[in-house]
Amino acid sequence: MDVNQYLGIFLDETNEHLQTLSDQLMILENEPENEDTINEIFRAAHSLKGMAGTMGYKRMQNLTHDMENVFSEVRNGKIKVDGHMVDILFQALDALEEYKDNISENQDEGTNDNEPIINALQAILNGDSGSGEAPADKKEESAPKEEAAPSAKAGGEEGKWNDIVLHEPEQHVISEAIKNNSKVYGFTVYIQESCILKAARAFLVFKALEELGEVIISEPSVQDIEDEKFDFDFSLYFVTESPIDKVKEAILSVSEIDHVIGDVIDMDKAKIAAEDDEDEPAPAPAPEHTETAAPAATTAPAAAAPAQDSKHNDNKKNTGNKPAVNRTVRVDIEKLDVLMNLVSELIIAKNSLVSFATNESSGSHSGFNEQIEYLESVTTNLHESVMKVRMVPIESVVNKFPRMIRDLSKKLNKQMELHMTGEETELDRTVVDEIGDPLMHLLRNSADHGLESLELRRERGKSDVGQIYLDAYQDGNNVVIEVRDDGNGIDTEAVKKKAIERGTITPEQGETMSEKEIIDLLFLPSFSTAKVVSDVSGRGVGLDVVRSKIGSLGGDVSVKTKLGEGSTWTIRLPLTLAIIQALMVVVGNEKYAISLGSIQTIEDVAEEDIKFVEAREVINLRDTVIPIIRLDNVLGVESSREPKSNMVVIIVKKGDQLAGLVVDELIGQQEIVIKSLGKYINCTSRLISGATILGDGEVALILDANVLI
Amino acid sequence: MDALNIAREYESVQYIVIKIGEEQYGIDISFIDNIVRMQSITRVPHVQPYFAGVINIRGEVVPVMSLRLKMGLEVDEYTSKTRIIIVKSESNASVGLIVDEVKEVVTLDERTIDEVIRDSKVDETYINGIGKNGDTLISLLDLNTVISDKDNS
Repeated sequence: MDVNQYLGIFLDETNEHLQTLSDQLMILENEPENEDTINEIFRAAHSLKGMAGTMGYKRMQNLTHDMENVFSEVRNGKIKVDGHMVDILFQALDALEEYKDNISENQDEGTNDNEPIINALQAILNGDSGSGEAPADKKEESAPKEEAAPSAKAGGEEGKWNDIVLHEPEQHVISEAIKNNSKVYGFTVYIQESCILKAARAFLVFKALEELGEVIISEPSVQDIEDEKFDFDFSLYFVTESPIDKVKEAILSVSEIDHVIGDVIDMDKAKIAAEDDEDEPAPAPAPEHTETAAPAATTAPAAAAPAQDSKHNDNKKNTGNKPAVNRTVRVDIEKLDVLMNLVSELIIAKNSLVSFATNESSGSHSGFNEQIEYLESVTTNLHESVMKVRMVPIESVVNKFPRMIRDLSKKLNKQMELHMTGEETELDRTVVDEIGDPLMHLLRNSADHGLESLELRRERGKSDVGQIYLDAYQDGNNVVIEVRDDGNGIDTEAVKKKAIERGTITPEQGETMSEKEIIDLLFLPSFSTAKVVSDVSGRGVGLDVVRSKIGSLGGDVSVKTKLGEGSTWTIRLPLTLAIIQALMVVVGNEKYAISLGSIQTIEDVAEEDIKFVEAREVINLRDTVIPIIRLDNVLGVESSREPKSNMVVIIVKKGDQLAGLVVDELIGQQEIVIKSLGKYINCTSRLISGATILGDGEVALILDANVLI
Repeated sequence: MDALNIAREYESVQYIVIKIGEEQYGIDISFIDNIVRMQSITRVPHVQPYFAGVINIRGEVVPVMSLRLKMGLEVDEYTSKTRIIIVKSESNASVGLIVDEVKEVVTLDERTIDEVIRDSKVDETYINGIGKNGDTLISLLDLNTVISDKDNS
């Protein structure tokens, strides 16, 4: 059986179960008596164990098994949940996470047995359960189980072929053979350790055997033997009419074969051998262990088969060092149905255009337009649906944060709570994958730098528990994620002092800097205001990484802060990456596109309505003073507007800031495909975020209004 | 047998010969993706001065640089002979190069290519050899340094 095809599903589901475990444990910590939660945890742990077993990840299976036992005792009311236990369980979750990461990287769970955690889990069982036999017995059971595979290999002077797992087809062949009065032997062939061409010798053995009968199955597989993927021995099942001595003789006639052992197999025993693979080598037969091992026993035979197979696959796959798993999106089947429908509509639209073109004489011009409109609506819908397929809720990223805050709370010895809203907000999969780290930085920042010490909080009349909020919501074509805390806020004076100390700015510069400019200093590489470098934050790599990461996703970060009251970090991200609705405008004789998402209104402004504030042009629009930016100046082109005529002003918005962009002419709204400008051209002002190709083949540039504001 | 030996000894490369001003330059043909006639170039503000803008090549937006400006010569004068050579760099990104004229394809082998004598002249940094084709000399462009961002102007 090839388990590779299930690997993606396994990892997805493991993620889900780990998440459930983490969430429910958090609840359990606060409500130790919550039965629903305990049941939920038990179910998740159990499924996880079963899955790990099926996939042949033994260490993972062992660990979940012990966790499950603890939960089982909790469920039976034999153990009470306490802080220590939850800590241990969280450690176990981390260990499982590590296995999972290893598996997703190289299909191997790694070699960490995590014994301390297993021991700690058993200590919990021993210490509190009162029923002494169960844990003791389990210890015995789990220990040898771990060794099961290696010990079977090492101690296998005899009966090594018994390890071969027989599947349906082989069993069938064997029973057929027995019916035909043939004999079935099991052999293990040992090659001299000095042998250089093991594969060649093995091949000769196979060749010799094939003259006498038929090799049913071998361990390792024939393919692996040919590739020399075995130690100095291999085992096989052999159907023949010749007596066993003759067969042995034939094998030994191949040079450099050390020795061979073999015996007749009868089918009943073989079957048992296959199934008992797991338990037989265990030195202590534990009669009572049926109770605890019941779930294990059911999964064990299933586990045994893939375990062996996956071992081979690992050998093969490990040669290439690529991550083993592709990134996937789980798609609601309904979304795919919609896509399918749209594609059929597209085909219909194409066909009607074709027929229209062939009987051109009969058709009228309006009919053609009709078809074009139809095509347009189909492509718009198609675009929307494809984008929807790519969208995933940010939940998958943010739901690991409550756990993180809990750990930080213990580590920093500060009380804090995380409140999250808008986890269901959807973003493009590629964006969701990337925002985890920046958000984590910001949260850690809030927890470490933001929230004050307990004494200071009391002094300021704040509640003992620090509050951190993570809110996500959609705002036009953007998704906004806010990280907010009710902590100390940013001490701009301290930042300024630090910057002067470091020589980032001169004292004179410091005098004239606005608050916003000072806060911007925080985003410079290697700038940290924490007096002590803690391992939570304070290495000064955080904020500049946050900004560059968000920038690379086409978004931006801003911060609002009030000393003593807290700060709010705001991340704005574009909803979609590839296709946008844009307003096409003319400046000078050039065409530019401005994303419709950032446009608020379009105004017709007379020249004399422009006022000056601090030597900057502004207009007073319905009681809001809005700065005016003349795009012809910014872009360095000659305006084609008639002097004295009214100006077309596009009011754009970024957060709650507005600006008016003066353009010469409006062309209209259009759906545009965003293309990159190419690798070598380097727009220093970041004003041009990309380009698009217009209907006539001409290239138009996309203006990033956010940069202008 | 003999023919094989010769091929092995003298590796020959095909070059496209272009003209900038009075000088002839060669571009390794294996880097060239396409040669197109002059077309309308969309200017991009706030970029390196030697970039003329971007054009549309089969639905892709490709930046176009003026070899003249890059080499510190006077501004291009577009004629009916002006061409844009689309080259693909090692990292598979396309760039267009505006040249005065595309002349021919020549095959040069090692024997006819001389090393460049390095001196302090700026534009020689873009050249990695001089090929002799009969009487004419062809400066062989080192595309990677031409394309890269090191700004001499």
